[in-house]
This record gives sequence, C-alpha cells and structure tokens, in this order.
Amino acid sequence: MATLKIKNLEKKFKQTEVLKGINLNVEEGDFLVLLGPSGCGKSTLLNTIAGLEESNEGEILIDNNIVNDMDPSERDIAFVFQSYALYPAMSVKENIIFGLKQRKISKEKINQSLTKIAELLKITELLERKPAQLSGGQRQRVAMGRALVREPKIFLFDEPLSNLDAKLRIEMRREIKKLHKNLKTTMVYVTHDQTEAMSLGTKIAIMNNGKIEQFDTPKNIYNKPSCVFVADFVGSPSMNFIKGSLTSNNKLISFLPDNASENETINFNHNNELQNNSAVLFGIRPEHIFLKKTHAARVAKDENFAEIRVKTELHEYIGHEQIITFSYLGQELLGKFTSSIDVEIEKEMTLFIDLNNISIFDKDTKQRI
Amino acid sequence: MLNKKKVSRIFLFLVLGIFVFYYITPLYVMVVTSLKTMNEIREGNLFSLPNSINFESWKIAWTGRGEGTSDVFLKPYFFNSLKIAIPALIISTFLGALNGYALTKWKFKGANLIFLLFLFGTFIPYQAILLPMARTLGLLGISNSPIGLILVHTVYGLGFTTLFFRNYYVSISDEIIKAAKVDGAGFFKIFFKILLPVSLPILVVTIIFQFTQIWNDFLFGVTFSFGENAPLQVALNNMVLTSASVKYYNVDMAAAIMAALPTLIIYVLAGNYFIKGLTAGSVKG
Repeated sequence: MATLKIKNLEKKFKQTEVLKGINLNVEEGDFLVLLGPSGCGKSTLLNTIAGLEESNEGEILIDNNIVNDMDPSERDIAFVFQSYALYPAMSVKENIIFGLKQRKISKEKINQSLTKIAELLKITELLERKPAQLSGGQRQRVAMGRALVREPKIFLFDEPLSNLDAKLRIEMRREIKKLHKNLKTTMVYVTHDQTEAMSLGTKIAIMNNGKIEQFDTPKNIYNKPSCVFVADFVGSPSMNFIKGSLTSNNKLISFLPDNASENETINFNHNNELQNNSAVLFGIRPEHIFLKKTHAARVAKDENFAEIRVKTELHEYIGHEQIITFSYLGQELLGKFTSSIDVEIEKEMTLFIDLNNISIFDKDTKQRI
Repeated sequence: MLNKKKVSRIFLFLVLGIFVFYYITPLYVMVVTSLKTMNEIREGNLFSLPNSINFESWKIAWTGRGEGTSDVFLKPYFFNSLKIAIPALIISTFLGALNGYALTKWKFKGANLIFLLFLFGTFIPYQAILLPMARTLGLLGISNSPIGLILVHTVYGLGFTTLFFRNYYVSISDEIIKAAKVDGAGFFKIFFKILLPVSLPILVVTIIFQFTQIWNDFLFGVTFSFGENAPLQVALNNMVLTSASVKYYNVDMAAAIMAALPTLIIYVLAGNYFIKGLTAGSVKG
C-alpha cells in the first residue's frame, strides 16, 4: 500500500503541452480512475507516473519519496498495458516470473508466488503455453498475473479492458474490483469508458486537454459536476443544458429559459445560494425528468420538482428503457424513462423535473455555480 | 464463363513455362557441359546429354591438375570466401539488429535522421566507395587481408541490415518494451531475451541477403585483395580468363557451378522463409 502525490506536473512533446499542471493526491488503498476523451493526456500521465516518460516540471511522490529520477523498475510499480504486452517468445510462466528473475529473487520464492498467482487468476493449466495460443481474456489474465506477482506498491492500468468483447469486459471489470477489494493496493486506472470509471473508482479524475477538470468521488462527479465538460462527459445520454438566465423575485430565485415568457419560469424554493445571473446553463440529466407527477413526487425529496410544457419529437427504444427527445421552448431536451410507459410523438405534454438534481453553470466560464 | 477461365489458365501456365525454360536453360547447359569430356564438347552440340557421367572436370576445378604454380583451382579460395563471408555476415547482421532495435525502441533525438543516413547508405553504388575505402584500408594496414574485406562488407552491408531490422522492429509493439522496462530489464536484456527470439523471419531474410551479397561480390574482392588472399569469385574469374591456350569449358562450367552452389543451397533451404519474412512486417498476423 502506498500513497501517490503529484504536484504541478507538466509535460511537453516539443511545442505541444500535453500535461498542464496536474495535481493529484491519492490515498493509501485508493482506486483512482483517470477518465477523459482520447488525447486528453491521461495515458501520458500514467506513463509519467510509471517513469516510462519524463516530465518537464513538477514532482511525483510515491510514499512521500520523490521518484522523478528513478527508473520504472525502481519505483515499485506494476503496469498492465492495453495490448497486454506479453513477451511473445516466452511461455505464460516465464512471462509472469520475468520481473521477479530480474530482481534476483530466490527460486523457491518465485515458485511460491507463481503458484499463488496462477491459482488466484485460474491460469494454472495455461502456464506452459505461449501467448499466441491464448484467447484475449486469457492474455488479459496473464498480464494481470505479471503485475500481481511482483506485489508492487502501486498498480497502473492503461485501458486494460478495451480490447475485450463487451461481455468479457464486464466480467473482468468485476474481477479487478474484487482484486482491489482483497488486496487493497493503491491503483491508478486509465479509461475512456465512464461505466468502467464509475464502477471501479473510489476516486475519479476527469481530464480534458491536459488538465484535471474534477477530482472527486464517483458520486460527486455524477451528481455535482464541477463544470460543463464533466457534466457533459459523464452520463449517457449526457446532461441536458437549457440556456437561460437567473432572475430574482421577492428573494425567490427562478430560472428563465431563453424565449420563455414571465410565467414559464422554474422556481427554486429550496435553493438560497444562487444569485442573479444573466447567462446560465441549466443542467438536468435525462433520468431526472419524469412523465408523471406521482413519479416525480416519489423521487424528488420535499416535493422539490418543477413542471414544464414540452412537445415530444423523437422516440428511441433501447430495451429496458426509452429515450425521448422533447422540444422545450425551442431547445432540445432528452428524457430517459422505463419502456413500460407509452408516449405519443408530436404531442404537447407536461414534464416534471427533479430540482434536487440539477446543476447550474455559468454560461461564460462553464463552471458550476 | 468456365471456358474463358480455362483459356486464361492455359495462357498463364504457358507464359510461366516459357520463363521456367528461359531461366533453367543456362543451368542445364552448365551442368551438362561440366559432365562432358572436351572431345564430347567439341563434337556434340550444346544441349546434348553427356555419354557418361564424368566428374573429372569437377575434381580439376576443385583441386587442380597438379601442374605447378600457374595452375588455378578453387579449393583454397573457397575457404578464403568462407573466412570473409561468415564473420562479415555475423557482424553486419548483429549490428543491423542492434541498430534497428535502438532506432525503434530507444528513440533518441535525431534517431530519424540517423536512420535516413543509413537508408542513404543503401543507395550508394559499390564503385563510389572504392577509392575512399582503399585509402581507409591502407591507413588501417589491413588491405589485401580477409579482415579488410570483412570490414568492407560489414560497412557496406550495415545500411541494408539496419533497414531490414528497423522495419521489422517498428511493427513490434512498444508496450512490450515498456513492460520489460517496468519488469527491470535493461537495453541488452530486452534485446536478447525479448526481441531476438521473435526475430527469426527477419534474421533469415538478412542472412540470405547478406550472404548472397558477400559471397557473390566480385568488385570489392578484386579491388582490395590479390593473389592467394582473393575470394572465390575473383579466383573463378582468374581461372576462366587466364588459363592456357586451351579453353577447358567443362572445368570452367564445373567451377562456376561450385561458386554458385552455397547461395543456391541457402535459397533452396530457406527460400520459403525468405518470402514469408519479406512480408512479415507488413501484414500483421
């Protein structure tokens, strides 16, 4: 177990800044997920932590020791790669113990560790095979085995599940989760898959353009996104953003959507922190919109919901649920509902919005208010 | 439809047949002539089969007639060539592999420029380096020695071997190297334990290419060595051109076949691998 601290880390490839001042503080036993779109710098950050790439500025501390100038092998980390990166000419067994052999560990101890890991990952009968003779899932296991056998301070994962098919991915995801639960080792995991990030992480760092947009627990990332980027990136379909302004009327703050008349405001009865603002984005997730008042009343605490008039436009059926596109004062609004409710298209209707679960962003700074 | 297919098939095989005939004829003439006596050669025509199988001329080409100093035969020069070809082959292949590895997996500033220079080296014609090389060998004091020719072939071959290995290693995932670094392996450990064991296809390509180049070389041999230090191809030339008044066509032919035999054998044994290896880098399995 170990802590990982990253202070003001900067990295440039020639002229392009890939990491622009990263700060992270990972506690012992944390499972940190670096989540972001491709090209956001998350893999570079992971490689820099591993020592496979050098940073231009800043410090990396493992257990409060600066490791910037250490070789990857001296940092006591293990890395699981996207392509598994098994040594093609070696058997599974040789692959797993290669790292131990480099460290001049005694034969007995190597054999002990090998047996333990092989049993843990259920690959005992594969030990004599070559990587080319393994299926994708098996290769994944061997790659994990190679990392686990070293009992490192920190595990680093670089999109380890992205080459697996959907079913296997969910299976392996659960196994990684179990592994973390049992080992309690600090882990850093890079992915662009938000479901993976949400289900695995104890902490998530959302990265965009070489910067960390939000570093928080999965729940806070989902419920209290710090900016429009995070709100938009996490959730599927992503959050609706309704353009409008905040106005006050007798100390009561309300949201006035663009093109709305005075009596079409959304009033916040329970929120005292908001102030007048001429340009905001009103964020509401598709799953926090309800078709029936009874549903809204049941879910939204303190009856804190608002009614809006919309017109149904498009209907997408996806098995257990359906996504409906509405037109709300000329703006697009998506709602996600169970498939059991029938909805007619091209029809005026009333929707109910859970006001406990909204996010208001400044339209210019894109930050949460 | 079927008929059309059949016709094109027949046409294809006809063309292939013509080319096979075209390429096999000289070899046939060489083999047949080498087995004839001089009388048969004078009387019969070029394509006729020998009256009896007679390896006398092969023996003469290999060990000579025992007629004193002016007698040129191949045996000592064959070993000269081996002494040059084998070390030059091993050194240039090994250095090429190491270069290819360093240029792809340990990228450093200017790596691409250096590779470009190696590539440039493959375009330099033999003739262009004769003079500077002669001067270099003279300064090093190794002209007219096997070591001198080993150096020449190693240097000239390095561009090609580097190119081969570099293009092969480019297709091998960088993540494997990273994994080995995390596991604690260094530059040479990664090369010998991880990369070299998967390099067989390109090794075969390089070995065939380099061996053929070095074995068949005439120009470097004739320029940088003479007398008893000459390689096989130079000796063959001397033997054919400087023999006395009578031309022994059967002995010449036997000698020519002998000189070509090692490369032929290598092609037959590893040719299949050669073709596979040439495409191995481009098509991922």
